[in-house]
Amino acid sequence: MAQKKLAIIATKGSLDWAYPPFILASTASALGYETQIFFTFYGLQLLKKKLALEVTPLGNPGMPMPMGMDKWFPVLGMTLPGMQGMMTAMMKKKMKDKGVASIETLRDLCQEAEVRLVACQMTVDLFDMNPSDFIDGVEYAGAASFFEFAGDSDICLYI
Amino acid sequence: MADFDQELDASGLNCPLPILRAKKTLNAMAGGQLLHVIATDPGSVRDFDAFAKQTGNELIESREDGGKFHFMIRKS
Repeated sequence: MAQKKLAIIATKGSLDWAYPPFILASTASALGYETQIFFTFYGLQLLKKKLALEVTPLGNPGMPMPMGMDKWFPVLGMTLPGMQGMMTAMMKKKMKDKGVASIETLRDLCQEAEVRLVACQMTVDLFDMNPSDFIDGVEYAGAASFFEFAGDSDICLYI
Repeated sequence: MADFDQELDASGLNCPLPILRAKKTLNAMAGGQLLHVIATDPGSVRDFDAFAKQTGNELIESREDGGKFHFMIRKS
């Protein structure tokens, strides 16, 4: 039986949305899939050596808030300086307490399992991002090369 | 005395770490050898079943004991 393939497009650059691509890619590799993640737009933040990912409750009514904050803080309260940093710190602590791996760990596991990490060259240029800020082992390519892999994939996810 | 070749304690770890650690441990084992995995993540019960079905490694035991989940996997 031919090896199955999983293609993922990662477009988001927040701490919460960093999880699905790396969790699914590392798990697929463990199950024997050949896996590639194509990082574009804000997803490129997930490739930085020094990750500075945050979560925000703004525009996200589904986000559970600690200590009933959503009850006594109006939406505008969430725009106060320091609020995003505090929410991020609380989320990271919760994840640690529950045994959820850090993004750095999951990303390392993906690389160990030979998941191919591909950065969208166009958005790297658009945002004037410096490849030396990215982790080693990242490939640079465009839409056509994404389809070269995704066209033969068994599963293709846009995250 | 132990009736397995390797043991992996994944207690306290959450999805997908128990599966990833198990896969890594199995990679270093020989075909036919037995891996005993201990986990506390309730989701691991279905995940180890699915892992075995998709990788061809055989899940020969899956049980709960005092809040911990025990899996015995025979490497294919």
